[in-house]
Amino acid sequence: MKYELVAGFETHIELATKTKIFCSCTTEFGGEPNTHCCPVCIGLPGTLPKLNRQVVNYAVKAGLATHCEIAEIAKMDRKNYCYPDLPKAYQISQYDMPLCLNGYVELSNGRKIRLERIHIEEDAGKLIHSHGDTYVDYNRGGVPLIEIVSKPDIRSVDEAKEYVEKLQQVMRYIGISDCKMQEGSMRCDVNISVREAGSEELGTRTEIKNMNSITNIAKAMEYEFERQCDVLESGEKVTQETLRYDDATNSTYPMRSKEDAHDYRYFRDPDLVTINVSREDVAEIKKSLPELPADKCRRYIDELEIPEKDAQLLTKYRNISEYFDEAIKGVKSPKTVSNFIIGQIFSRLETEADKEEFNIKTTPKQLNELVKLLDEGKIRNNLAKSTLEKMLDEGKNATDYISESDMGGLDENALNDLCKQAVEANPKAVEDYKNGKEKAIKAMVGFVMKNSRGRADAALAEQKIKDLIK
Amino acid sequence: MGTIAKIHEMLETKQISCKELTNLYLKEIDNANKELNAYVTITAEQALDTAELVDKKIASGEKIGILEGVPMTLKDNLSTKGIETTCCSKILKGYTPIYDATVWKNLKSQNAVLLGKTNMDEFAMGSSCETSCFGGATNPHNTNHCSGGSSGGVASAVGGNIAAYGLGSDTGGSIRQPASFCGIVGLKPTYGAVSRYGLIAYASSLDQIGPITKTVEDASIVYDAISQYDPKDSTSQGYKGVKTFDTLNNDIKGMKIGIPKEYYEGIRDDVKEAIFATLKSFEDLGAEIVHIELSAVKYALPVYYIIACAEASSNLGRYDGIRYGYKTAHYNGTHDMICRTRSEGFGEEVKRRILLGTYVLSAGYYDAYYKKAQKLRGTIITAFNKAFESCDVILAPTVPMTAFEMGHATSDPIETYLTDICTVPVNIAGLPGISVPCGFNAKGMPIGMQFIGKKFGEAQILNAAYKYQQNAGQNFKDTKWGVKL
Repeated sequence: MKYELVAGFETHIELATKTKIFCSCTTEFGGEPNTHCCPVCIGLPGTLPKLNRQVVNYAVKAGLATHCEIAEIAKMDRKNYCYPDLPKAYQISQYDMPLCLNGYVELSNGRKIRLERIHIEEDAGKLIHSHGDTYVDYNRGGVPLIEIVSKPDIRSVDEAKEYVEKLQQVMRYIGISDCKMQEGSMRCDVNISVREAGSEELGTRTEIKNMNSITNIAKAMEYEFERQCDVLESGEKVTQETLRYDDATNSTYPMRSKEDAHDYRYFRDPDLVTINVSREDVAEIKKSLPELPADKCRRYIDELEIPEKDAQLLTKYRNISEYFDEAIKGVKSPKTVSNFIIGQIFSRLETEADKEEFNIKTTPKQLNELVKLLDEGKIRNNLAKSTLEKMLDEGKNATDYISESDMGGLDENALNDLCKQAVEANPKAVEDYKNGKEKAIKAMVGFVMKNSRGRADAALAEQKIKDLIK
Repeated sequence: MGTIAKIHEMLETKQISCKELTNLYLKEIDNANKELNAYVTITAEQALDTAELVDKKIASGEKIGILEGVPMTLKDNLSTKGIETTCCSKILKGYTPIYDATVWKNLKSQNAVLLGKTNMDEFAMGSSCETSCFGGATNPHNTNHCSGGSSGGVASAVGGNIAAYGLGSDTGGSIRQPASFCGIVGLKPTYGAVSRYGLIAYASSLDQIGPITKTVEDASIVYDAISQYDPKDSTSQGYKGVKTFDTLNNDIKGMKIGIPKEYYEGIRDDVKEAIFATLKSFEDLGAEIVHIELSAVKYALPVYYIIACAEASSNLGRYDGIRYGYKTAHYNGTHDMICRTRSEGFGEEVKRRILLGTYVLSAGYYDAYYKKAQKLRGTIITAFNKAFESCDVILAPTVPMTAFEMGHATSDPIETYLTDICTVPVNIAGLPGISVPCGFNAKGMPIGMQFIGKKFGEAQILNAAYKYQQNAGQNFKDTKWGVKL
């Protein structure tokens, strides 16, 4: 029997506000344990939370960037559970009146993964196990989070990967989080079930927690999909349970039932007042949003005639697309700029992190000047390429490497002379070419280019050499 | 009578130095506390330091504020930096806050002389002060009777003249009821009028800090000093109108005083008669007595116990032995440690309310209890709004009876819950209420009555209560205890 995977995500993202959600402690990552704390975020008796409005604004940004409706009024609720990393024994979260509702994330295959809601809440502290003892660090306690809950609309592991990447991309674009899975500023739980292909009904789902990279999400989902298929295939039923993914063994295993069986006793937090989100505020936030990656990508394809694959690479990180936007100002062919970035510049950026940072010596303005020299026919492609290499090494302007005499093409006579010299200097190549080795012509063209210091038109030179040999 | 006004005058005119005064109080605390059990912590050193500061100020000819140098006390659920704050629970023994409650921060900056922290029912849950892990505070009028609760220690200290005034907290009557039992004045302000920051929570949507004083005038002075918006408390609004002190003596001619018959059902005769006897005073003053209906208050008790317990079950979850307070000696793992700490650290009444609150919030029961209670809370608020269309203030008994004998309240918890019937509606509706003494019964025990006002109507109820005291006397009776000024 053929089975189909059905998955939905619950994604927690730490917001990059300067201060915590209910007090003015810093949200900075790391720090000596329990140094980013105050009476409020360690829940000392008698303290009261005070909502950081920036958290609401960031969550609204996230909602707008994922096509959500923004609630006019929202409230905070208490989610009660007892764990040493939760100093009040309840987490302040949002239960039935979240800030954002009904959005979606569009995948490259055109499918829309619907979002049920986005709500705000506080993060818990961290347990540190050391020398057989357990310690608690409350630095992370009270760091603001949004939780993005998707509908079970994901149908493959590839879609799941793209969904997470797209979320990461858009949240970084709008600047509300760095979404680093390794540091825990983005955390995913996935609900997964399988059903007979073509069926409309949902199967029994399991929830996988504790995956700290996109690779692990994919591996965990693949494993769990196979496992559930096997269960069904053997005539058994999938049990609804919470699973933990173990990186080392690449398998999932059930969490102890104690960790799973919670009655959170949600109720409205009486210490906090209703959150009003005026339509004016929403309009203001909407105006402040940058062009979103999906819109940018579409514009590059439609208006700048960049191939889709390249447009996706250019828009993957905000730094790159902003660099690109700056570098194409007034140039004839944005594609040339795109080629330089994806080709020569990317080859210097080894990791994804390097690409995201996009820290290169050449400014967009310097690249823009180089491309304009090409546009104006003052230099040829080869010269541009070699010049860019030097620029990227040293951070200087194109004109620091290209003299006036290098600019402008060769006149007809000079080109003719150079072509003659090329033929004379390369008798072996001439013979090879005559014997049918087409490629031999390249050596002679190379001679012309080298001796013209890149000024010659390579195509024209090739034609002239062919004419000479004939 | 050592009122705030009197003490202020004595200090200003140098009839007594602040240090002499403070020592006088400390000496009387020493004498009386063995029987009254009002104080659980005495802060003599700090009190004398402040007194010295005030004396220097007076000596230098500087003017002093009305509360400056006046010896006072705080209920032991108000956070005081560097001073142990226990809520009279074993689970918080040894806990010393690292910050001050906003109310205390304000009073401290005005050089209030803190004599110590006073006794209370554990986590403010109780009506007789007897659920305190230190044992209950007794009634200064008769130590075989309780002081009332939960702010029993403050009431006992103020009634017994071992503090000029004090701050308590009122969740379902915990300021007004002990004030009534001890023959003094207790004001529960409008929800949001006084910052709750630093008040160790019992039920967050009902808790409110307020003064316990000898006279209505003193209550007005203290209320004016503590009522203000606090950015640390999202639910605080502060009183934005005039100071209540300025309108205390306004004519109450034409003021409509509502008598809701529902409040007088099941009230003991001695209490009822004492209150009805006051009506003549109001008529003398030109006020109009109107009979009103407030049938929705019949829902108040169950609504109160559901909401208060639900919030308490969540608020008290943090006492787990990990960060502060009591921790069990022997345990096997974290879970066991938390279980044992809570089992050993909380008293019976607190456990009862945590269990009740956990139950009403549980999946499957939420709709039947908590949600319904919230709905009825709305009904009660509406009913009060309606009642205030036909009157300016409401006059009702504070408690259906006078102070219980010691041991009575804890022997039958349900019966004791029922005695909160007159005080809880005000908390549910977030309204201000003030209990004022209106006489004594045949056994010499004080009787109280309460004025209930509109939201932020403190000025009006203080005005009515003040005029009553002007007309009929303050009904304050000195006991054998305390400082006689």
